[in-house]
Formats: sequence, C-alpha cells, structure tokens
Amino acid sequence: MIARSNSDARLARWLVSPALVVIALVAIFPLGWTLWESLHRHDLRLPWIGQPFVGLGNYVRIIHDPRFWGALGHTALFTVVSVALELVLGLIFALAMNRAFRGRGLVRVAVLVPWAIPTVVAALLWRFLFDSQAGIANALLMQTGVIDKPIVWFVHAATAWVPVILADVWKTTPFVALLLLAGLQNIDSALYEAAAVDGAGAWRQLTRITIPLLKPAILLVLIFRTLDAFRVFDLIYVLTGGGPGTSTEPIALYAFNALLQNLQFGYGAAISVVIFLITFGLALIYIKGLGAGGAAGVEP
Amino acid sequence: MSVDIRPTETTAVDRAPEGRDAKAPAKSRPSTSSVLGWIGLAILVLLIAFPLYWAIVASFTPEATLFREPSLWPRTIILDHYRALFTTRHFWVPIRNSIVVAGCTTIFCVVVGSLAAYALARLRFRGKAFILGFILAVSMFPQISIVSPLYLMLRALGLINTYPGLILPYLTFAMPLTVWLLVGYFRQLPPDLEEAALVDGASRWQSFVRVLLPLSVPGVATTAILTFIYSWNEFLFALSFTVGPDRQTVPVAIALFRGQYQVPWGEILAAAVVATVPVAAMVLIFQRRIVQGLTAGAVKG
Repeated sequence: MIARSNSDARLARWLVSPALVVIALVAIFPLGWTLWESLHRHDLRLPWIGQPFVGLGNYVRIIHDPRFWGALGHTALFTVVSVALELVLGLIFALAMNRAFRGRGLVRVAVLVPWAIPTVVAALLWRFLFDSQAGIANALLMQTGVIDKPIVWFVHAATAWVPVILADVWKTTPFVALLLLAGLQNIDSALYEAAAVDGAGAWRQLTRITIPLLKPAILLVLIFRTLDAFRVFDLIYVLTGGGPGTSTEPIALYAFNALLQNLQFGYGAAISVVIFLITFGLALIYIKGLGAGGAAGVEP
Repeated sequence: MSVDIRPTETTAVDRAPEGRDAKAPAKSRPSTSSVLGWIGLAILVLLIAFPLYWAIVASFTPEATLFREPSLWPRTIILDHYRALFTTRHFWVPIRNSIVVAGCTTIFCVVVGSLAAYALARLRFRGKAFILGFILAVSMFPQISIVSPLYLMLRALGLINTYPGLILPYLTFAMPLTVWLLVGYFRQLPPDLEEAALVDGASRWQSFVRVLLPLSVPGVATTAILTFIYSWNEFLFALSFTVGPDRQTVPVAIALFRGQYQVPWGEILAAAVVATVPVAAMVLIFQRRIVQGLTAGAVKG
C-alpha cells in the first residue's frame, strides 16, 4: 500500500506540473511583474527616463487622482445597481422556472443565449436599441407618450448609464436564474407541504423557507456577479467608451487607458494592483460570509 | 469575462426529474401559481429574445428604412450587409483568427488540464488542497492586473499580433477553468471500475487512459465547449495584443467597426449575428450539458 501511495504521489507530481507551470508562467509571474512595475516610474513614451524606482509614489498619486476616485465610484455604482437588479429578477425567474413543468427546454435555450454570446455583441445590441436615430427605445418611448422628442442617450452621464445597466442585466440575469434554480431544486418539497398544512401563505413560505435555504446559492451568485461586475470592461468599452468624458469610466477601463493608451506602465500597474487587492478583499469577505457553506464551494 | 464555474460532485440539474415529481402538491393546489409561472416564463423569453430578434431583423433591413421608420416586422429583406461584411470588410479573417485561437487554447487546456485534473481527483498526495485553492484563486484574477506585463513579455518575445501571442494569455483563464471543471467531472464518476483495473494489475496511468477517460468523454466535451465559448468571447487580451486587422479576433473586429460618415449599423448587426451563430448553435445542441457544467455544484444543499 505504501509503495502504491509513493508511486501515486510521484505520478501526481508529473501530472500536475505542466498545468501548474503554465499557470505560474502566464498568471503568477506577470502578477509579480505588475507589482514590481507599480513601484517604478515607467513611461513607454519617455524611454530616456529609464525606469526609476519611486517606492509608493504611484500609489500616493492614485490617492490624489480624482479620475481614479471617479472610476472607482462608477464601478461601485454599476456593481451595486446591476447585481441587485440581477439578483431580484433572477430569483423571480428562477421561481417561475421551478413552477412551470413544460417549456423548460425552450426556456433553457433562451436563457443560455445571452450568457453565451460575446459581451461585445451584447453591448452593440443595446447600443443599437438606444441609438439616438435608429434606436427602438426612443421610438417606443415616443409612441407611448413618455417623451416627446428623442433622447440622445449617450450624451449625458445619467442617461448613458441606462443602456449600460440594462445590457448587463439582460446578459447576466439568465445565468443568475440558472444558479438559483439549481438551488431551488435542492430544497425538499416536504418543507412546503408541512408549511402549507400549518397554514403558511405563499409569501411566508418564500421568506421563511425558500430564501433562508437558498442562502448559499444567493451568496455564490453574489460572489460571482460582484467580482465580475467589479472588473467590467468589455461592456462599457463598447457601449459608452467611458463617456461622455469619463463619466461612465469604470476602474478597469481607466487602468487600460493609463496602460495601453497613455503608455504609463508604472502608474497603470499601480491601478491594476489596487483592482487586484479590492477583488481579492471582496472574495475573502464573501468566502468568510459563506462560512461552512463556502467550504463546499471552494473544495470540490 | 470571468471564469465562474465551481464544479463538485452534486449536479442539481441531474435531479430535475426528481424535482418534478416532488412538485406533486402543485397538482392539488389551485393552478394559479403554475399559471403565474407560465406568464413569468413567457415574459422572460420575450425580454431575452427581443434584442436578438431586433438585431436579426435590422441586419436584413436597408439602412435608410432603419433610420426613417423602424418596423417590428421586416418589410424589405436585403442581404447587402452580409455581402459587404464578407467582401469589403473581409470578416472571414477575424472568424479564422477566432477559430484558430479559441481552438488551440481549448485543445491545449483540455490535454494538459485533464492530466492535472486526474491527479487532483483520484491520487493522494500532499499539497492537493493548496493546489486546488491556488487554481481557484487564479481563476478570480482580474485580467486587467496582468495585461501590462503580458504585453511587455509578448513584445520581448516578438509575439505581439501573432496567434501564440493570444493563445498564451488565454491560458490564464482557460487553464484554471478546464482543470476545475474536469476535477468535478472525474469525481462524479465512481472509482470502482478503475480500482478493479488496478486490482487486475493495470498501472495508474493505464487505468486513467483506458478506463476513466473513455467514461468521461461527455464531461471532457462539455469542458471543451465551455472553454471554447470563453475563448471565443474574450475581448481585453485580444484588444491589447493585436495590432491592425490581420490577427484581430471577432469581438475586437466588431467593436472597432467604423464607417466613413456614420455608424454602419447594418454591417455591425450582421457581424453580431454572424458572431453569435456558432455559440448559439453550441447552446442549442449542448444545452443540457452546458447547464450542468455551469450549475454543477455551484449550489450545494
């Protein structure tokens, strides 16, 4: 037996190494490099200055950078509003899907398509729906008399957020609904029967049975969606480009602009490190919140 | 784009039939709730389908009509936008690029990932929990936080605007994804058969290649599909590491479509439809498997 477990361990090392080496090379090493860059002044447009070490200088600059705080605020706003909408709508749809017996196949396809299409395509669809000339959003709002002249959605910060949030809700609510549906199907129906016998109405059953028992699923959805929304890039890059001005610019887009538009690799790296730290902090908070249930999610 | 998949051995959707039976009380209850469910579902499907439907209609509509009087039903159907897409826009170039990049990424990850996943699912060795946690942590990496060193690395290697210059960065999200999914699938399979093979004198390696792999073809296929979809849709790396149209992938090419005077909506939407067709087809064919892959174990009791 001992011989077997020794040879098992040797085989395991051989099998796991290639994947780990790949991950180390393409993910861990670059992450370390980002950290190192963030401590230097490195501007590809000014190659003659070299890469002087500036300590935490880039981070100090971040603290005094209003565009950074604006971007952080936009990201927080986008994350909170879209994740909240997705959770509520996703729960409603999951409950509906759990009720209906027939038509599940059709619903599954309908639900998977927005999840599967490229985010860039989703963003373009919504940009088209809200186009000031050809957009059907304006046409509908004018026909129903809500507005009397077309809104130029992407010119004002307040109206530019509308298609951004709607596009994200459209693309990801189905995914949320699927995850919550899987959770609903794990709930023992005997609980509902017992509650019905005791005279509990639909609302009481929802708040006393469904939602408490769905808590692990809800928390997992929150982790996935928050981390995802916090890194939002494709959607806003295509829909608004961060505009008008920088009024819808999320933090990942600001880092991208600093890095690959302005070629300030040191400063951009510092912003990237901040994004990484916030993401990791959020993940840790959630995993703590999941408690014992979280272990199930972390350990397969 | 993120990698949001946490497989474990529980597959909630597998139990759908059981769940259906379990809803027996719904029969005795007044059917209002299932009627409400039906209405809810109808609304859901309509809301989801409308933007897609509208894009398809618009991609076949002359641009002049589109701007003057948008109509819910197509009145004149034209193929001009699609024709322009493949002639003047050379849209087959980004399609070819996407197929090469997503295909190579998928093949590489499934081969290398299944080796690692087998060890993580079946063999006993020290540091396993740590490795699993590590892979999970990497799957949460924000892409933006490694984009600049990857750019400098690829530039130093002369790989900017090449296929390897996209495939290598794609491994950052695709490799953790495949390993995680495959560990989940391998663990779902009972180890009895492999143990029987071991007792009969087969080596570990033989029991993996001859017994486990043939059994897990569906799981490996699902993993490949999901990896391919994620790679097909990736945008940030493809935008950062390509220059000009030669090596742009489909999402980048569409996002950077420009017209001479105004937004070329007809062509953009035709391109959007073309880009959606492969993934929509996969969803149609493999819907049940994909849902299993996505929800498996994400929700555990």
